[in-house]
Order: sequence, then C-alpha cells, then structure tokens
Amino acid sequence: MEKFTQLTAVAAPILRENVDTDIVIPISRMVGNSARGNLGQWCFSALRYHPDGSENPEFILNRAPYRQAQILITGVNFGCGSSREAAVWALKEMGVRCLIGSSFGDIFFNNCLQNGVLPVVLDRATVESLAREVEASQGAGQVSVDLRELNVTAPSGKRYAFTVAPQRRQALLEGLDDIALTLRRAPEIAAFQDEDRRRRPWVYDL
Amino acid sequence: MQPRTQLAKIWNAHVVADLGDDTYLLHVDRHLLHDLGGSRGLLDLKERGLPVHSPHLTFATPDHAISSAPGRTGTSSIGRDLLIALREETRAAGIRLFDVDEPGQGIVHVMGPELGLSLPGCLIVCGDSHTCTHGGLGALAFGVGSSELAHVLATQTLVQRRPKAMRVSFEGAMPLGVTPKDLILRLIGVIGAAGGTGYAVEYAGSAIRALDVEGRLTICNLSIELGAKMGFIAPDDRTFAYLAGRPFAPKGGMWERAVTEWRKLASDAGAPFDRELTLDVTSIAPQVTWGTSPEHVIAVDQAIPDPATIADPSRRGGIEAALDYMGLKPNQPILGTKVDWVFIGSCTNSRLSDLRAAAAVASGRKVAEGVRAWVVPGSEQVKRDAVAEGLDRIFIGAGFEWREPGCSMCLAANGETVPRGQRSISTSNRNFVGRQGPGARTHLASPAMAAAAAIAGAITDVRRMESA
Repeated sequence: MEKFTQLTAVAAPILRENVDTDIVIPISRMVGNSARGNLGQWCFSALRYHPDGSENPEFILNRAPYRQAQILITGVNFGCGSSREAAVWALKEMGVRCLIGSSFGDIFFNNCLQNGVLPVVLDRATVESLAREVEASQGAGQVSVDLRELNVTAPSGKRYAFTVAPQRRQALLEGLDDIALTLRRAPEIAAFQDEDRRRRPWVYDL
Repeated sequence: MQPRTQLAKIWNAHVVADLGDDTYLLHVDRHLLHDLGGSRGLLDLKERGLPVHSPHLTFATPDHAISSAPGRTGTSSIGRDLLIALREETRAAGIRLFDVDEPGQGIVHVMGPELGLSLPGCLIVCGDSHTCTHGGLGALAFGVGSSELAHVLATQTLVQRRPKAMRVSFEGAMPLGVTPKDLILRLIGVIGAAGGTGYAVEYAGSAIRALDVEGRLTICNLSIELGAKMGFIAPDDRTFAYLAGRPFAPKGGMWERAVTEWRKLASDAGAPFDRELTLDVTSIAPQVTWGTSPEHVIAVDQAIPDPATIADPSRRGGIEAALDYMGLKPNQPILGTKVDWVFIGSCTNSRLSDLRAAAAVASGRKVAEGVRAWVVPGSEQVKRDAVAEGLDRIFIGAGFEWREPGCSMCLAANGETVPRGQRSISTSNRNFVGRQGPGARTHLASPAMAAAAAIAGAITDVRRMESA
C-alpha cells in the first residue's frame, strides 16, 4: 500500500451532504476486470460534465486552483452507499490523497485506509470553518495534514488535532499490507477454526 | 454476567485476535462472491501467489452484470466476460458456484437466505453493501470493498472496528397497504441517511416480531441506506421455521443443537445500547421518495418539501439540487406524478412475498399506456415458485415484462438502464443521481405501490386502489 505521512496541498470543499459512491464513480465506468487505472477522468462525472460531455465550469474541481486539489473537505456522510472500492481508486487517480469531513460512509472509510488515502474526521463546525477559510482565499490557502503529528493546519495556521486507530495509522505511515500482517497469524486462525468447529459444527460441515 | 446485546454476543464469538483500540481480527463464516467483484478478487490472490483460505465457506453466483432478458440473449460483453471469469476462477479455487439457470442462482442476498447458507449468529461478508440483508435471519452481515474481500479470501478473517449499538423498536400493527419497505423508509426519513453511520442497528418491537422472514430481510436490507453497515433482528421461531429444511441448513441432531444455540443470541434484557428509538407503526403511511437520497422520503399523500423552509445551507442546497435533478417543484403533491418506468425487483423486494403483493395489485388490471413495467425475480428459485403459482401469467396478462433473475435495473451494472430524464418507480434501495442510468429519475417505493403506479401511469396511493 502507498504510504501516507504528510501532505500540504490545495483543498476543495464539497460540502453537499450524503455524497454517495455512485456519484463518485458511476457503475458504467467501473464494470469489468480492467477498469482500474482509467477511473480518474470519470470521478464525479455527473457533476463534472454536462450530458454532452463538456465540462461544467460550475463544479469546483473544474476551477483553478481546485483542479489540483489533493484534499477534499467533505459534507456529512461522504462516501455513503455502495461498497465499490472504485470510488477510492477514482479519487486517488484524480489526485486526491486525503478527505476531511465530520463523518464518512463506514465501508468507504475502510476502503480509503486500504489504499493509502487518509480520511480525517473533525467536528462539523471545524470542517465548515476550514472550508470557509479555503473559500475566502479562493483556494490559494493550502491545508496541511500530518499523520505523524495527527493534526490538520488551516491556511491561517490554526491547528486541529485528529485521531486515527493506532494500527491503522501505523499501516498508513509504513505502507503496510493487511493481508501480509494477518497471514502471520495463520496458526491463530487455524486454532480458532478448530475450536469453533467443535462449538458450531453446522457452520463448517455443510 | 452483564447483559449483552446480540451485537456483542456475535461479535465476541468471532474474535480471533484483539488488535487493541476496539479493533479485532474477526472470523468470517460465510463469504459470498458475485460476478462484479468475485473473479477480480480471486485473480488478485492468484497474482499474489496466495491460495483461498477456506473455499468451503465461500459461495458464488452471478447477479450484478448478467442480463435479465428472457433467454438472456442481451448480455453485454462485459457481463459475459465477468461471468466466464467467475466460472473459471471459482472452479480453479474449489468454490461452489450457483450458475445461470440452476436453482441457487440469484441476487446474492436472495440466494444466501433461500439456500440456508445464511444462518443466525453467523458472520457473513460480501463485496456488496446490501450484505446487511442477511441480518434478517439474525446474522451479523456487512459489505466490504475489494481489498477487504481479498483479505477474506486469503485469511477467512477481517480486521474491523466494533460499531456502536443502536436499537430501533417498531411498535404496533402495520396499517393496510403498509409494508416492511414503508417501515424502513420511514425510519430513514426520521433519522436521515447518516443516522446510522458508525452503528450496527438491531430492529425490534412487536411489528418486527410479527413480520415473516422475507419482510425482515427487506427491513435489514435498507440498513446501509441509514448509514449502518449492519442491521439485524433476533432469531425466533419464525426464523427457524423459515430455515428448516433449506439445502445448507443443519439437519437432524445438528439442527436441534443449532437452534438451542440460536435461541441464546437475542439481546439480554437490560443490555446496553448507545442509541435507542421507537417508531409507532400505526401512524405510518405508504412511503415514496421524491429526491436523490433515501432520506428524501415522504408519505404518498404528502407534498414535496420546500427548500426555502430549510435553514441549514448545505442541506438546503442538497434539496434544491435534488428537486432540479428530479424535475419536481416544491409544495406539489407527489401523488399524480407521471412515471415512465416501473421496476419490481432487487435484493430489497424481489422475493416471492414481494411478487405476490405486486401481483395482487396487478391482477385483472392493465399497465398504463406508455409505461414500461419490469418484474425481475430475485432468484431462479423465486422465479420457479412464482411461475408455479401463476404470478408470471398475472404480470404478463397485465402488460408487465417478466424477466430473468438478477440485480438488473437496480444499479444498471448490466447496461439495463432507465433513459435520461425518464421517471421510474422502483422497489430497489437507491434513488441516487444516475443510479438507474445517467439522468434517470428514481422514486423508491414498495412492490404494491410500484404495481399501483404501473396501472395508474403515475404515483398513486395503493390504499385507494385496494378499496376500489
């Protein structure tokens, strides 16, 4: 997995509530075993493009400097809905490495952590104040996110602490792979299955 | 011993290792694969040189990308490639596949319960967010992304943080014309699409106890639309009666032993919940969504909301954008809104009881001119059972199209879309922007409401039709 340690970048506020993963990446662009790698151009396509395929200049990620955004400041429950990990791949292919919001869809949140994309949870007032600061600078004021120090720095220099589960933080900082880590526990898994099979044989003996 | 929730009991029984900070390595009892992500996950493992850890606990069926056309002649090339890959990779890994045209094939969340693969107390995952459906049988079930899917294939475990516990009690008797779909849509309307984020939701109360298993599956199916990754119901005699004799349910002495254990799963009296709420079912009317989030829901006799009355700017903006996308005006009645398409199907509402409810409305009537109405049974077994009792004849006689089992137009992964700008009433679970196709406008409702709209050509109150 790609590491995440620290990032200072343009941040784009997308404060609409309940942005679902269908909006992030439509199904028609992700079906098939080889879609990955071509998703960035279709990220947010229903918002980014008019039906005729031309860019919608009203959409924030079509405007300078937000076009270069590597951080999104997001509304409540961003990433709700479908479990499609292609939503995270699409964001990442578009250049996004960090999202800052007051809540995220639970499955999307986990999918971010599997791809070196950091979802930062701050309270809603802080998220909105961060968005206001960025908007006041017309995007010129960059936001810093430091996973080592566990803080976000606003364009004004104001600093906000956040938390990440310790083993998730370590995995992101070191780019660790969950499967490799869990495979080291193969004997524990085997022991669990042996004991559980005695307790609940109907689960195993089909 | 301290009283415990059903969540705590099932969770604790699956802990392989405590990783600290309320995060655990959990054993997965059932892993369900489908055509959209199943073969990719198996190929990922192959590329890493890893075997599937527990192929005998893994089951597959094609549902998302296959065609629902009669004879399945219209399968897109992508759907066909994914189906071929699923066949090849499951065979190579020794995973049981329920293939097209054989009993067992169907929407993965219809197939698991009907085969008795999904059992009370089990931890079930699948690369699909509506895996919460299986909670209707008292399982802890949730959707995962591609990376977690590969982790389960490789280790039969998953690293998860324990969610908070919420209990929602539905009390009272369901009024005539009101269905499980209306109960859960109403709950989403009350607490919002983010109301359950971070929680596992237990559904309880007299209305839930009175529901058959298929209705419970519908309730749990929409947990994810509340934001809750998992939702479940305590298993009881109705659960056991449903499961008894199913192909993969335990038999004989093993069955007795299992039921004894399953009876212990319900939350203890006094068990601690982080949030509790109660809904009075007697005051719930048939629900229909007007916007682009399942929380954009009203009773069928209510008016479309007015964003001008909303103080919060991001919420107001969301409602304005939704009305614009849906082509609707504030303060207008939703009743009488013309529809172009009707979709009866999906993991929410495609089981036999759903088809019976829709057929009861359709029987002896005709689909309105200019409306295309599809019925897509949830599984090959549902299709065969429906045909055996003549439901297909009722639908076809009324002008509906009777199709082959799969996810179809719920998410349009197979290319079956509602055309841009056209309006659909759908028994599925998501009215998101572009969900049923780019520019498609979706209204969610129950099977009876969808059938009523097909007949009327517009959103209509099924309670008035039933009294007609």
